[in-house]
Amino acid sequence: MKGTNLGEFEELVLLTIASLVNEAYSVGICDELEKHTGRVAKLGVVHAVLNRLEEKGLVKSKLGEATNVRGGKRKRYYSITSAGKAAVLKAKEVRDQLWSIIPEIALKNI
Amino acid sequence: MKDQQKISPPRWAQQLLSWYCRPELLEDLQGDLNEYFHRNVKSVGVKKARLIYALDVLKFCRSYTIRKPGFPNFIQPNMLASYIKISGRSILRNRLFSTINIAGLAISMAVGLVMIGLLSDMYQYDKFHVNHDRIYRVVSQHRYLDQEDKSLYASTSLRAAKVIDESVPGIDEMAILYRGFDGDIKSGQQTIPLTGFWAGGSFFSVFTFPMIAGDPATALAKPYSVVLTVTSAKKLFGNTDPMGKRLIRAGQASDEEYTVTGVIKDIPVFSHVRFDILASLGTRELTQKGNPNEMSWVNMWNTYVYLLLPEGADPENIQRTLTKVSLKENKTIENTTIKLSLQPMSEIALGEDLNNSIGPVMTSSSVRVIGILSVIVILSACFNYTNLSIARSLRRSREVGIRKMVGALKTHVLGQFMVEAIIIALFALTLSFAIFVLLKPYFLSLNNQYSQMLLLDLSPRTILYFLLFAILVGILAGLFPALFFSRLNTIQVLKNISPVRGFRSAGIRQGLIVAQFTISLMFIAATITGYKHYKHVLAFDLGFETENMLNIELYDNKADLLKKELSEIPEVKGVSSSSIVTSLGNYFGTTIKYTDPQDSAFVHYSAIDEHYLSLHGHKLLAGRNFNSQHKTAGTDEVIVNEKVLKRFNIGDHRPQNAIGEFITVNGKKMKITAVVKDFHYGKSIDNEIKEFIFRFSPDGGRYINAKIISMDWPATLSKIQTAWKKIDTVHPLEATFYDDQIEQSYADFSARIKVIGSLSFLAICIASIGLLGMVVFTTEIRLKEISIRKVLGATEATLVFMLSRGFFTLMGIAVLIALPTTHFFFTGYVLDEYAEHAPLALSELSIGVISLMGLALLLVCSQTLKVARANPADVLKNE
Repeated sequence: MKGTNLGEFEELVLLTIASLVNEAYSVGICDELEKHTGRVAKLGVVHAVLNRLEEKGLVKSKLGEATNVRGGKRKRYYSITSAGKAAVLKAKEVRDQLWSIIPEIALKNI
Repeated sequence: MKDQQKISPPRWAQQLLSWYCRPELLEDLQGDLNEYFHRNVKSVGVKKARLIYALDVLKFCRSYTIRKPGFPNFIQPNMLASYIKISGRSILRNRLFSTINIAGLAISMAVGLVMIGLLSDMYQYDKFHVNHDRIYRVVSQHRYLDQEDKSLYASTSLRAAKVIDESVPGIDEMAILYRGFDGDIKSGQQTIPLTGFWAGGSFFSVFTFPMIAGDPATALAKPYSVVLTVTSAKKLFGNTDPMGKRLIRAGQASDEEYTVTGVIKDIPVFSHVRFDILASLGTRELTQKGNPNEMSWVNMWNTYVYLLLPEGADPENIQRTLTKVSLKENKTIENTTIKLSLQPMSEIALGEDLNNSIGPVMTSSSVRVIGILSVIVILSACFNYTNLSIARSLRRSREVGIRKMVGALKTHVLGQFMVEAIIIALFALTLSFAIFVLLKPYFLSLNNQYSQMLLLDLSPRTILYFLLFAILVGILAGLFPALFFSRLNTIQVLKNISPVRGFRSAGIRQGLIVAQFTISLMFIAATITGYKHYKHVLAFDLGFETENMLNIELYDNKADLLKKELSEIPEVKGVSSSSIVTSLGNYFGTTIKYTDPQDSAFVHYSAIDEHYLSLHGHKLLAGRNFNSQHKTAGTDEVIVNEKVLKRFNIGDHRPQNAIGEFITVNGKKMKITAVVKDFHYGKSIDNEIKEFIFRFSPDGGRYINAKIISMDWPATLSKIQTAWKKIDTVHPLEATFYDDQIEQSYADFSARIKVIGSLSFLAICIASIGLLGMVVFTTEIRLKEISIRKVLGATEATLVFMLSRGFFTLMGIAVLIALPTTHFFFTGYVLDEYAEHAPLALSELSIGVISLMGLALLLVCSQTLKVARANPADVLKNE
């Protein structure tokens, strides 16, 4: 395990899972990410990240009900764990801290 | 419904995904991909969506999705007992088919067992040396001017050993062997002929020959010391302690006296270095003092150098230095280039057949050929099993259906049939083991080489290999039927009792029968061609007479004495002597020059007496025979063959004109006194005739050739024995008829034919057994049809014709495939290697084909006739 530090994409995925609440499954996460970031989220990439997050213990998953759309296959729903929550909060905190020490003037003239 | 079918993702991609993906991830992933697929169908169309799906499946093949390879789950321990029980019942129920399968497999597996025995023997060679994987032999490539002959020699020169010792770094130890320490060794009371080497360097550090008495480090240090094996020590000294005892060996000038400084255990069987006695190499430094040839770079015919490299050393480095050394040393000699290279110990006994090899060698190519042929025979027997099992699918399919209905998975059915095949193979193993034991002495006696090199003894390891082999054969034979049965559709099988299912695979079965008979036919064709070639070689006109010629090895006895003794025997019609016996693959060579001092040629020669040419019926085209009155004939007269005239353009190729011309032989001017007609002095099938000369040496012969005309050979032989005993009391008489010697020199060839012949016999047996099984089966399921036909008025002849027609079409196809292939193979590859070969006649091949067809006809007709004769009432009333 590479520690609890989050990559940028990992953080985005975690946040998306949190925002989708009970509807967070792989394809849904992809769609949501595309909607908010504007960049194409590849299923393979998202899948790999989900797998990694689960390995790190930041998310947990369970299988849902079978639906017709997916050829009778069940969805795997993801939800954020408390460790996951701590990780995103920590990331936010770091960012906020950094923002707070940037003098206003520094960004103004760029 | 059809549309629905069309817009599903590609089936193979789905299967691939479910094959590689971990089960816990699979369902979600399948769902995701399906969801995307349906979206893509709407946005980009079906075709593209399918492509994307397939690509995605490939992309998802990552480390975290791939299933861990697990133990094949068809052998579940708790089911095994049931598998075995059911298999036993099924084997007992179908006695005929089980017998056919077991017999066929047993025959072919016996071949496999011999093969395993042979390989495990061969791989054991030289492995008893502790450092066997670090020992390398220095071999040489000899090239005279720009002669084509680039062959490798196992030997090298004493000088090479010295140079390597002095200037090649990175070698731990070196052992030097110099062959030819042969002869009669005398110890006080006993005189015994022994063979051995002069050995030097750190012989006992390189090789592991455990010493019973003496110090391995110093035993061979001093000149005139010898080390004996236990057996030869027993022979020489009986039960007394041999250490420090004296031994006498007849040397070149005078007798040499040696001291025994060590006794080693007997040489293990699987050693390529074999000897009775070792003498210290230091002895040669004393006895060969003043011999300039001893340490010359070109004298590379008798020395064997073995290097022990340090652990982890790269032989490539040594090789590079050796190449450099060779280049440097080549400058010291003229006309010849010698290149040294390394040969790993593991490739000595089983590897290339090098010139001047010590110890027997089995070429890896011949092992490979026999190996491939045995695999073919084994496969043929596996075909039988596959064929019969699938043919019987009709009967077993309902069993499979019910199994599946009560919950068996594909893997369970697979397991059931695999276990059955393996059990049959194990039964076959016991039978084939018996065949192996019977076959072993026959196989070993096929070829001198085999009996010298192989034991084919049983060890726990070979028995383990046998078992593994049987299981492998079982898997091979059973896999296809097992897959076939496991795929059966439960509902169809249970609903539909028509034999349609069984016949769907008819194509495969027919293909297998064709393959079997093609193989058998090819074997037959190969045997016939080979045998004909062999006969052709033996009956080949060599250009001189060999009939009733007895060649007697002289050892070091005086030729004149024996000649005198022999000529007193009335049955001996003529006697001559020669330095070699030609046409057996023995050569003696020298170089000759004509007027141009730059232009020299390599010639083979034999030194003969004045009776040799007339006794052997050589034809002189011009000139006269050697004359024993002419005292210096040995050094100034020579008889050449026609090829020599051609080579140097002597006298416009006219024999008459060449008489009286001078050629330089080995530096001496000699007059051509006669030209002899070309004859085959080499092994007739391998070599074309090249330049050859006869020299005169009435007492330098090593063989006595005696022409025998005798009505009572045993009596004559005993007379010759008595004559021999008068001259030599040490050596037994070594006398062989020339024709027998020629036959022996092709022993390798005849052994190969015998092997192929036996294999073809086995292949035919197996194919016939298989055919019998198929015929029995086909007629059995058509029993009712035949009975109805008969009731309606069909004659027996038409029924037999109808039943066997199919089989003969298959035979026809096999013939059409086999004959052209074999013909092409032989004319294109095999026979091309021989300068002289018998023409390939289709007439003989067709005899083989016809006899095989006859056998098949007999099998098919006997079975079909039996069915055709059956009383239709008996068959039909059962319904």
